Amino acid sequence: MKRDDDFEKRRTHLKDLSDEELSKRFWQLTTEVVKPLVELAYSHTSASIERSVLLRMGFSSIEAADIVKEGLAWNLLGKGMGNVVLTYAKLKDMEYLNAGRELASGKGWSEVNKVMRGDN
Amino acid sequence: MLDKNKKIDVEEILKDLDKYEPKRKGWHWREKHDTGDIGEFHYSEVSKDLVQSEGLPASPSFGNIDPQPMPVITSEIASGRFEDDIRRMRMAAWHGADHLMVIRTAGQSHFDGLIEGTPEGVGGVPITRKQVRATRKALDMIEEEVGRPINFHSYVSGVAGPDIAVMFAEEGVNGAHQDPQYNVLYRNINMVRSFVDAAVAKSIMAAADMAQIDGAHNANATAMKGYAVMPELMVQHAINCKFSEMVGMKKENICLSTVPPSAPPAPCMKLDLPYAVALREVFKEYKMRAQMNTKYMTSCTREATVTHVLNLLISELTSADIQSTITPDEGRNVPWHYNNIHAINTAKQALIGMDGLNEMVELKKDGYLRSKVRELKERAILFLEEILEVGGYFKAVEDGFFVDSGEYPARNGDGIARFIDKGVAAGTVVEREEDYFAPVCAHFGYNNVPREYNKPCDAINGCTLCVHSKIKYIDELDEEDNVYKRLERVKDDGTITPEVEWKKDGYVTVTLMIPEEENVAEAAALAMGKRMNLTDVEVIHKQVMQAAEGTLVEIKGRVNFKIDKSNLVIPKKQKLLDEQFMKDWVAEHPVKVVCATVGQDEHSVGLREVIDIKHGGIEKYGIKYIYLGTSCPVEKLIDAAIESKADAIIASTIITHNDVHTKNMDKLNNICIEKGVRDKFILISGGTQVTDEIAKAHGMDAGFGRGTHGIHVASFLIETLIKKRGNTNES
Repeated sequence: MKRDDDFEKRRTHLKDLSDEELSKRFWQLTTEVVKPLVELAYSHTSASIERSVLLRMGFSSIEAADIVKEGLAWNLLGKGMGNVVLTYAKLKDMEYLNAGRELASGKGWSEVNKVMRGDN
Repeated sequence: MLDKNKKIDVEEILKDLDKYEPKRKGWHWREKHDTGDIGEFHYSEVSKDLVQSEGLPASPSFGNIDPQPMPVITSEIASGRFEDDIRRMRMAAWHGADHLMVIRTAGQSHFDGLIEGTPEGVGGVPITRKQVRATRKALDMIEEEVGRPINFHSYVSGVAGPDIAVMFAEEGVNGAHQDPQYNVLYRNINMVRSFVDAAVAKSIMAAADMAQIDGAHNANATAMKGYAVMPELMVQHAINCKFSEMVGMKKENICLSTVPPSAPPAPCMKLDLPYAVALREVFKEYKMRAQMNTKYMTSCTREATVTHVLNLLISELTSADIQSTITPDEGRNVPWHYNNIHAINTAKQALIGMDGLNEMVELKKDGYLRSKVRELKERAILFLEEILEVGGYFKAVEDGFFVDSGEYPARNGDGIARFIDKGVAAGTVVEREEDYFAPVCAHFGYNNVPREYNKPCDAINGCTLCVHSKIKYIDELDEEDNVYKRLERVKDDGTITPEVEWKKDGYVTVTLMIPEEENVAEAAALAMGKRMNLTDVEVIHKQVMQAAEGTLVEIKGRVNFKIDKSNLVIPKKQKLLDEQFMKDWVAEHPVKVVCATVGQDEHSVGLREVIDIKHGGIEKYGIKYIYLGTSCPVEKLIDAAIESKADAIIASTIITHNDVHTKNMDKLNNICIEKGVRDKFILISGGTQVTDEIAKAHGMDAGFGRGTHGIHVASFLIETLIKKRGNTNES
């Protein structure tokens, strides 16, 4: 879109505001713009976020990438990949890092999916 | 502890890296100097001194002081090989940088995950755990050596932002660029993914108390007219600041990356200062990272330096919490070692030089400045209003609101438009389900933590942010492309090669003033480089002096030789006598010298500094002198010495045209011999181009060059006289 500078016309509602009021308005508008972005982030996750969870759990970057790849294929990202690993560990009664390594190698997904989705 | 006189040992740093833990985490701001008294001066805005440092070149004239400005000073280092960057970081820290930023290799932002090992990069370094850990380990040693914590910094962006943020938090990285708008606008990464990832990345950075720098300055560098995007820049800063704050980052860790957007010949103060003031007023609760202009840099390093000093004036007149530096050669190539140092010194020199300026001048509270500040704020508000009118941020990006070269509300229709369902990693964001659980600390967003746990990572008996030993370290993945192979190729073999970027790269520059028009001069310069036996010769700068009269050309090329260190003849450093000993000795054994600048030479400063008590000259030690002034005939100088029964003659010879300096030395020696007085006098010659070797070759007893002080001459005189008088006594 092309538009000439119509600043003088547009600013009529701002020109009588004090500097302080101007700043206040600036931040109010910013908050309005940003709020939906924060809400979106609050309720969503991604492959990178889930890898970051697995890294924080003590998996290597390679293991984390493999687990998330499988998790995406099984549509389990929305459960949280750390959650999936812990669920599988509990199911198999094994240490969670070993459980994660099994999942990274492609094993155990149908079992854990069954438990987490509660269906076949 | 590192030894000042020994190179940092990269191989040693690489040992036991798998077990290394950073000494500390979090950002460090400089602490104010206790008194402001440094040397003979009182400073208004200085931070604590370093324990060891390299001062400005003029520092020796002021008692070797090295006052440190208040802002943290950044140096950006990006050679592609971290093992070489480490050495440069040490040089930078010694000159006063305490924020060392590593640029990432090209393409890393599209790499889906962490890179491991130590592959070589292009235009930057692949940021990997090993590279980060080794660099942090080196910086832990260097900060101890200089006596001030060093902030290590890189980038949390791309499609692996949260992965990288975790690795940085674990490894003690102190600051990072993080701004989802950078992903969207400049890396074409899907905008939904970018904001969702950013929230988690920022939350992790906040947990490690890292400072964050936004990416708004890129709009200045990318837009057709960098100075037209100022209202938009304020909006970009605001979006990242507020978003960061709302996901849990402390305001004092949120820094705006701001650049004075224009440069001469534009009237840059008129354009840049109102913008700087507006930013500091609207964003007063956040920190300012003042960057230097890159948009209008050319290959002229002089021009770049002047622009950057003008940028520093803006920092001084407004504020800067972090003063970033851009190397003067960035318009030519990936920065070279010494240009990082030049840039740091440009900042240090200018900021220290302007110390106290705000106690003497203040910005006007009315007129052009205020009305322009007001206008910028209003334009930015109008921008925000229209974002909401069209349906929010994503819609505004789709409509090409950003990086449009029109000064908003003017629009030129050349903005960067991105689409919500397009870009790298589009459609990869997943909604968290009701039972979503992430059993780790510093996680942002919905987390259904089971009630039995006090904190999420209780479920796994601690996450890596709480228990460092849980981190899984990968050493190398590529058998060929790694640091060990590179180090092997440049192993120390007792030879010396010049370098600008990588160990033994062999690059040199040659400056040529060629009395030809531009195109001929360029071709001639390349031919001359080849005749000098340089390889890979390239022109790195040219500037017309006058269309017909000549062109300045700078070339770079590689030398095809190495120097064997063991064959070098290194002149011995003069051993100086103790000052009190000299005073006592002269009190008992009076010493007299006659001195002058000889020939047709009116220079007097150098000689006066060497003789006058005021400058710590030989007079300080009780030595009497007769000064015959400038342009003194050699004969007159010798006659005065004979008449006054002097012990020595000091002849200053500054002009070297047609070797007049060495001719005068010969003359002084020969006339003394003719008159039969040569053994009566110690003959000394001094001057900027004089060396002890040259002087001795022309009949002098000693020669003193650049950097000589009275103590050097006095020490030589007294030592020689002790020997001489001792001999006389014996005979």
